[in-house]
Amino acid sequence: MTPSERKILHDDSGVGAALERMSREIVQFAGGTDRLVLVGIQRRGSDLAERLCRMIAEAEGATVPLGVMDITLYRDDLQTIGPRPVVGETRLPVDLDDRWVMIVDDVLFTGRTIRAALDQLADFGRPARIGLSVLVDRGGRELPIQADIVGLKVDAQSSDRVDVLVAELDGRDAVELVHGGNT
Amino acid sequence: MTVPTLGKDLLGLEPLTKEQIQLVLDTAEPFKEVSERTIKKVPALRGKTIVNLFFEASTRTRISFEFAEKRLSADTVNVVAAGSAVQKGETLVDTARNLEAMRIDMVVMRHPSSGAAKFLAERIPSNVINGGDGTHEHPTQALLDMLTIRDKFGRLDGLKVCICGDITHSRVARSNIWGLRKLGAEVAVCGPQSLMPGGIEGLGVTVFRRIEEAIEWADVLNILRLQLERMKAGYIPSLREYYRVFGVTLERLEQAPHDLLILHPGPMNRGVEIDSRVADGPHSVILDQVTNGVAVRMAVLYLLAGGRPELAEAAKGSGREVEE
Repeated sequence: MTPSERKILHDDSGVGAALERMSREIVQFAGGTDRLVLVGIQRRGSDLAERLCRMIAEAEGATVPLGVMDITLYRDDLQTIGPRPVVGETRLPVDLDDRWVMIVDDVLFTGRTIRAALDQLADFGRPARIGLSVLVDRGGRELPIQADIVGLKVDAQSSDRVDVLVAELDGRDAVELVHGGNT
Repeated sequence: MTVPTLGKDLLGLEPLTKEQIQLVLDTAEPFKEVSERTIKKVPALRGKTIVNLFFEASTRTRISFEFAEKRLSADTVNVVAAGSAVQKGETLVDTARNLEAMRIDMVVMRHPSSGAAKFLAERIPSNVINGGDGTHEHPTQALLDMLTIRDKFGRLDGLKVCICGDITHSRVARSNIWGLRKLGAEVAVCGPQSLMPGGIEGLGVTVFRRIEEAIEWADVLNILRLQLERMKAGYIPSLREYYRVFGVTLERLEQAPHDLLILHPGPMNRGVEIDSRVADGPHSVILDQVTNGVAVRMAVLYLLAGGRPELAEAAKGSGREVEE
């Protein structure tokens, strides 16, 4: 992959502003922080959820429980892919019954990851409501799934790849488009 | 990211690389959590049919495999030699081919003959997992032993592990020696001369004739079950004599320069190879081994199931979101 094929769509200030706005919208969505739980999808969704959690704590003075979920074992393509993907950690710190669960992920594309996440959440409890927050919505859905809160909208072809970079894993925050990267 | 694969079968630890063994141990970590959930089940192996084919008595291993299979949502069938067509003289390959004709995906097999798992794996397209073959290997037992040791020390590299007891007839000893050595542990064996195979040093292990020396040297003791039928065959004079000379007792452990981690693959003969006060003591991880056994077997099943590389390309084109 040559660098010229990679285009920076949003830098750290763009990502930061989007997350700030998302954190306010999440609290509005849940009608406060009382029953709210954030659940990040491994791996970058969990870093973003942690940051949203800190922002909410600063603005609201309330600590919102934070969970992480790896959806690998619930994927619908496990029979066909190889080698087996590495399974990450799943840790949900509170009982989800009657909570407002906000799923946090980096990119919403086909919707298959979220479908798997919903199946997995159902095995952990019965939340009063489940919402979805994504930093980037890039279109291209293959399932009837939409986000409640979207940080940034990106217009991408199905052959493009949209990468979200986070400082925790990648050393910097950015949203980048890789032309022809999804092959 | 390049991830090593396990291939079609798990026949032993001898043919595996260090990276493959590490892959299984690392994959077992997230599976521990699945067994702690209220709903102890994930859909990863939904639609897979697994046959547990046991030609030799087993309680722990068979139940552990069955839990692992069910927690991954596979459908399972248990076949035990007694009462099956095997007793009527059917050959191993015929049994397997008949099972295959019913469209199975994986076979977990325990068999009294060394090499039986390999023999079967070469003749059927299903994944074969060796659940213990003769005196050859018992790979999942060694993997769960290694995971349990790694849990306590955070590493295997540089640790001193001594396997005690009947080394000659032990597939657990062989698999442990292969696996631990590949991951950088120092391995020793200790037991009566009559139960020590000739040329065992060739596997790169130290041999201790006295249990006191082993205890002084080791960080970890993996104490094997003394199979009681060995006494009838004249390998040891008596059980009391064995306990007096080779029994891992509290008094002996108290002489050690530091605490030793105590493993035993079960079932235990209390007062023969191990003192009850040791088996139930603070440094015993014998029940952790049982818990880890389910996680390790889930990891092996998960890694072997599906994962057909020729289908990977097609799946990539369908717009997967997970790129890692």
